[in-house]
Amino acid sequence: MEALNALFVTPFVEIFDAPWFFMEVLTGGLMAGVMYSLVALGFVLIFKASGVFNFAQGVMVLFAALNFVGLMDAGVPMILAGIITIAIMVAVAFAIERFVLRPLVNQEHIILFMATIGVAYFLEGVGEMIWGTDVRPLNVGIPDDVFFVGDAMIQQSDLFAAVVAGFLVVVLALFFHYTRTGRALRAVADDHQAALSIGIPLNHIWVIVWSVAGFVALVTGIMWGSKLGVQFSLSVIALKALPVLILGGFTSIPGAIVGGLIIGAGEKVAEVYWGGFFGGAIEEWFAYILALAFLFFRPQGLFGEKIIERV
Amino acid sequence: MKFGKLGLLAASAAMTVVSTAALAAEQYIPSLVYRTGPYASGGVPLADGYADYFHLINERDGGVNGVKFKVEECETGYKTDRGVECYDRTKENATIYNPWSTGITYALIDKVTADKIPFLSMGYGRTSAADGRVFEYIFNFPSTYWNQATAIVQYIANELGGTDQLKGKRIGYIYLDHPYGKEPIPTMDILAEKFGFTYDKYPVAPKSMTEQKSIWLQIRKTKPDYVIMWGWGAMNATAVKEATNIRFDMSKFIGNWWSAGEDTAIPSGDKAKGYRAATFHGVGKDAPVFGDLQQHIVDKGMASGDGSKIGLVLYNRGFANAAYVVEAVRKAQEKFGNRVMTGEEVRWGLENLDLTEERLAELGLTGLVPPTKVTCENHEGLSPAIKIQEWNGSGYEVITDWIPAMTQVTRPLIEQDAAAYAAEKGITPRSCN
Repeated sequence: MEALNALFVTPFVEIFDAPWFFMEVLTGGLMAGVMYSLVALGFVLIFKASGVFNFAQGVMVLFAALNFVGLMDAGVPMILAGIITIAIMVAVAFAIERFVLRPLVNQEHIILFMATIGVAYFLEGVGEMIWGTDVRPLNVGIPDDVFFVGDAMIQQSDLFAAVVAGFLVVVLALFFHYTRTGRALRAVADDHQAALSIGIPLNHIWVIVWSVAGFVALVTGIMWGSKLGVQFSLSVIALKALPVLILGGFTSIPGAIVGGLIIGAGEKVAEVYWGGFFGGAIEEWFAYILALAFLFFRPQGLFGEKIIERV
Repeated sequence: MKFGKLGLLAASAAMTVVSTAALAAEQYIPSLVYRTGPYASGGVPLADGYADYFHLINERDGGVNGVKFKVEECETGYKTDRGVECYDRTKENATIYNPWSTGITYALIDKVTADKIPFLSMGYGRTSAADGRVFEYIFNFPSTYWNQATAIVQYIANELGGTDQLKGKRIGYIYLDHPYGKEPIPTMDILAEKFGFTYDKYPVAPKSMTEQKSIWLQIRKTKPDYVIMWGWGAMNATAVKEATNIRFDMSKFIGNWWSAGEDTAIPSGDKAKGYRAATFHGVGKDAPVFGDLQQHIVDKGMASGDGSKIGLVLYNRGFANAAYVVEAVRKAQEKFGNRVMTGEEVRWGLENLDLTEERLAELGLTGLVPPTKVTCENHEGLSPAIKIQEWNGSGYEVITDWIPAMTQVTRPLIEQDAAAYAAEKGITPRSCN
């Protein structure tokens, strides 16, 4: 009886007793979700265009941020550091296409996935060799104060992240839907061989999509790096994107955003109001439970493409 | 320059496992390190400090009574399986191990005991290994997690005006949801009951180290009088950042000694001013030994890194750890002769270590290494204590004298846990009389 009370009564009483606090938890969760979405976006881009689950996405975030902050620490102005880092990420995209993907065209997806594991180790090692392992504080002028809506405290940096993520999504969605390159990207995602047969240059498309993912990784790295400092543990934030991808679908950019918001808000509310009952630290597995619950009704994810196999 | 040094590092890592037969004339020190991976920012200064002290002894003194130290690193990545693999590959002729990981420590307790190689988990690992009657080869001086918890509570009591002032206070305990983070919970339970304070537990899942918003929202709501943190890696910096975000009074936020590195506070910079953490060794590079280090190692280009980490908290910890090992070897030589010591002989040296203030002054270690006396029965040392250091925006300053742990509370728990371990493993505790 006590357990039922703790599960089904107490949390709701607490919510009604302190609605502003609930608003704060919910807002904080949504903002955290935006940060997860930024990571998930990089995965979605590459999966959408090449059907590859890019294990290296987290390390790409780290690598981009390391180059950016390293250049800034070396005295390079911020804008120039950003441009040079984007150039580096494009060069990385070229190298990955030439030395990893091209030799594996039309191989099983699991083989491409394994190759990206190798890419992850390589980038991590190179980043460490060039820039070392120290934690580097990153300040790009993102507002870092708080303001209050009623009694609920909101972080300006969270709001800024939300605006950046929203802008990225709009740009990417327009790019995929309304440009020739974007349509070509989607064609390649559907079928490598078929895309090749109608004259879509597969190699160029892969370079473009990995470059765009590199750019998204840089933006993500700057947002997370401003928060935590640029450090090697940034690579593990990729893990936070997995439930978002499961929920939102691996091929949908809006799915990455909506998935992130649902996971972020869901796990924070669950942790604060139900965490105590389970002994705390439930958000790690609760995110997956939430994602699986959605999969029960939408196996392809909330916005994923329905796969129809003809017999 | 960087490539050159790292190239050498890579080459030395590749050559980690060499035949140790050729090292018979040197005291062989395998060093299990993590210079790569998510925890490298902590692992690198620890490894650098550890190696540099041995190099200093070799260069300045020609070793201990003519016996030089040969340090070889094996990369664990802070992973338990790789740590065990490193141990198996380097154990021949090994003098002592200290893997800088509680997980690796737990995995190796039985192995090192069987191989008769001493193991110094300085400020980490299994607390009850302090009972030397059961854990013959495991040492954890100069203090343990349980005693650290009591000393931190004692510090809070001192701030409040006495232990009686703890009654009715509310403390938040934020910890890595891992055996390391859970280790002091039984002690905290006892202290809470003994002194009448309440404490709320906030576990942080390892994969959520970088996202603690829900925890700090709860802390903002419950408004604890103090928050104690038992963190590691990115969890520390995230917690400090979130604490500044909710405008928590940083002088009431106290990390343990693994939440005491510069990387904990650097990302928050000035906003983290006032953040406090425990330490069991000195900070900075005021100790006289650092002058010798500059002259004999750094100026000759022999430092493990570029010299920039000297004086950092974790560098000093590695340095202090090596100092203990050197003195244990020296002590063992007093009994067994001036030659390379075996693992068993070094264990004797550790069990008879008595580093007084006078001896530390002779070694130039005053203020860096605490006086320590170890016995057969007590592998934690007889006077576990901490100091509290405070972040000033760019570095730490020690703000207290030694705060003794409440050993009268913890020693019975240690003996009880060690007895349970002995019963489980079929060990008959040895007599230390």
